[in-house]
Amino acid sequence: MEPLKALADAYRIFSRDPSFKKELANWLEQYAGRPTPLYFAGQLTSHAHGAKIYLKREDLLHGGAHKINNTLGQALLAKKMGKRRIIAETGAGQHGVATAMACAALGLNAEIFMGSEDIERQKLNVFRMKMLGAKVHPVDSGSKTLKDAINEALRDWVTNVEDTYYLLGSVVGPHPYPTMVRDFQSVIGKEARRQILRQEGKLPNAVVACVGGGSNSIGIFHSFLNDPEVNLYGVEAGGHDMSPGKHAAPLVAGREGVLHGMMTYVLQNAEGQIETTQSISAGLDYPAVGPEHSYLMSIQRTKYVTQTDSDAVDAFKQLSQLEGIMPALEPAHAISYATKLAKTLERENSIIVNLSGRGDKDVDTIAKHFPQ
Amino acid sequence: MQSIFRSDDIIEQKFRELGNRAEGVLVAYLMGHDPDPKAFFANAVSLIEGGADILEVGIPFSDPVADGPVIQAAGTRALSAGATPRKILDTIGELSSQFAIPFVILSYYNPILAMGIEQFMRNASEKGVNGIVVPDLPMEEGDKFRDMALKHNIDSIYLAAPNTSAKRLLSIVEKSTGFVYLVSLYGVTGPRDTLSPQALDTVKKVKSIAKGRIPVSAGFGISQPQHVSALLRAGADGAIIGSVLVRTVAEHLNDPGEAPYYLTKTITALKQASKQRTG
Repeated sequence: MEPLKALADAYRIFSRDPSFKKELANWLEQYAGRPTPLYFAGQLTSHAHGAKIYLKREDLLHGGAHKINNTLGQALLAKKMGKRRIIAETGAGQHGVATAMACAALGLNAEIFMGSEDIERQKLNVFRMKMLGAKVHPVDSGSKTLKDAINEALRDWVTNVEDTYYLLGSVVGPHPYPTMVRDFQSVIGKEARRQILRQEGKLPNAVVACVGGGSNSIGIFHSFLNDPEVNLYGVEAGGHDMSPGKHAAPLVAGREGVLHGMMTYVLQNAEGQIETTQSISAGLDYPAVGPEHSYLMSIQRTKYVTQTDSDAVDAFKQLSQLEGIMPALEPAHAISYATKLAKTLERENSIIVNLSGRGDKDVDTIAKHFPQ
Repeated sequence: MQSIFRSDDIIEQKFRELGNRAEGVLVAYLMGHDPDPKAFFANAVSLIEGGADILEVGIPFSDPVADGPVIQAAGTRALSAGATPRKILDTIGELSSQFAIPFVILSYYNPILAMGIEQFMRNASEKGVNGIVVPDLPMEEGDKFRDMALKHNIDSIYLAAPNTSAKRLLSIVEKSTGFVYLVSLYGVTGPRDTLSPQALDTVKKVKSIAKGRIPVSAGFGISQPQHVSALLRAGADGAIIGSVLVRTVAEHLNDPGEAPYYLTKTITALKQASKQRTG
């Protein structure tokens, strides 16, 4: 509890400090490449025959995903707190890569915990982390995926708490992480809201984003929460099918529970044991979800749906061929749902999809789904 | 089955009783139903007969973040053998009907929530459980849980770590009943060769804040008789031994019938050390 209090105190101070904010804004602009464009996907729109589809191009950020928004913020905070050893968990490897980049740039030491199953399916990102100077610790416990990597990072943190900063990658875990990570990711929605007003002259009918832990979705939703006319859709991983263990959709199919220091929707059996999850996208392969999503669902401000592995693969192919953009398999779930949603809406409406990362890391997985 | 313990004070009585003889309380931990219900029962009996003053039983959880590899593996074994909180509580009921010592449960929060807090406490109380430790439930979030525990005569035991502030320690001392569970190191459970550099200072700090109002027992990383005597000399009222016992269980998975012999041997040596507070 004491390190969490210290972190919450430090964050409270620095998040209000104009010089910290300015420093972070500079890093986001000059290093990460903000602002990212809001791109009108004309061909995808024609194909869907409905509402205009806009893509918030977080895939164009340095590292290839929205994760850098958070890692730069937290790495700067760690530095201000005088911590030089940074640990992080990673699922798909995008947060691990973004942590390794931020640490290299800020002169900090990064150690990344990654499930051995994820290491196997995200080899490219493992290599990138190592090239960026990070140490990668394989995690062989439990299901050998993201939740186990978080368990192991937490165990490391309590062991080395005096010199170590735990740089959590999503809006999950104990306070202050869900709030802090949301704040760092809310830059996505702030930009997107300004951009759509400039480009369309009005707010979108819907904002669609994929939800694993839920950081890219909270990041884009946050600026639209007070616009009741904007429908907010979170797309969870429907995996193979909706039977237990075959998907990763806690908001759609889980129930209230406690995991990783948060009370939220969790996939669990009748005895409260956490279910294993399955998704083609390692980044969505997590049995719980940020508590703010659970809250937003409970007040019916947001809606959560699922798309399956094969929906995501189809969307990956479609976006690649119609727009020349290879999405990561995580936002491919959002693309898939948004395309279906667009068909049900009038042409004067618009939808923003958060294209949270690029698909280079997934080409091995995708190749298995297409004949050579 | 009615428990023979109906007093709300049963754990602290044990500390007083032994304290009056200048003896420390030895708390022995096993993972419930590891590796199976029958072997667990035999192992638990060997610890009680070998001198354990309190038996602490773990409820397995899929994601035990406070535990090192030894207890993680034990939880996995128990879950594979079909362990559930209800079944483990039933076994505790059998033990408590035969042995007049206090029983403590260690469980992560989610299995308790899944059963329902009140349901869990009622069931645990009926089976003779006297105290409960929940490593992932911070005191700040625990008031409802604590009320429910106390309502069912179960002590709510909170953890104190080397970096817990004096202010928070004061609340932990005020809110804990039974004893305060002192975490003697920075890290997770697991046997260590030596006591951590923080262990003895932490004992002194917590004892000075507890001011004799509640016993203090030290756990995490304690495996040797000399660890126990050093902690007791520093002022601890008891010591909690876990991973070294669980490791013994793990070493005899192919010959589970032999585990009780080794457990008895280990616990006897540790108990001997807990009697030698002044030395």
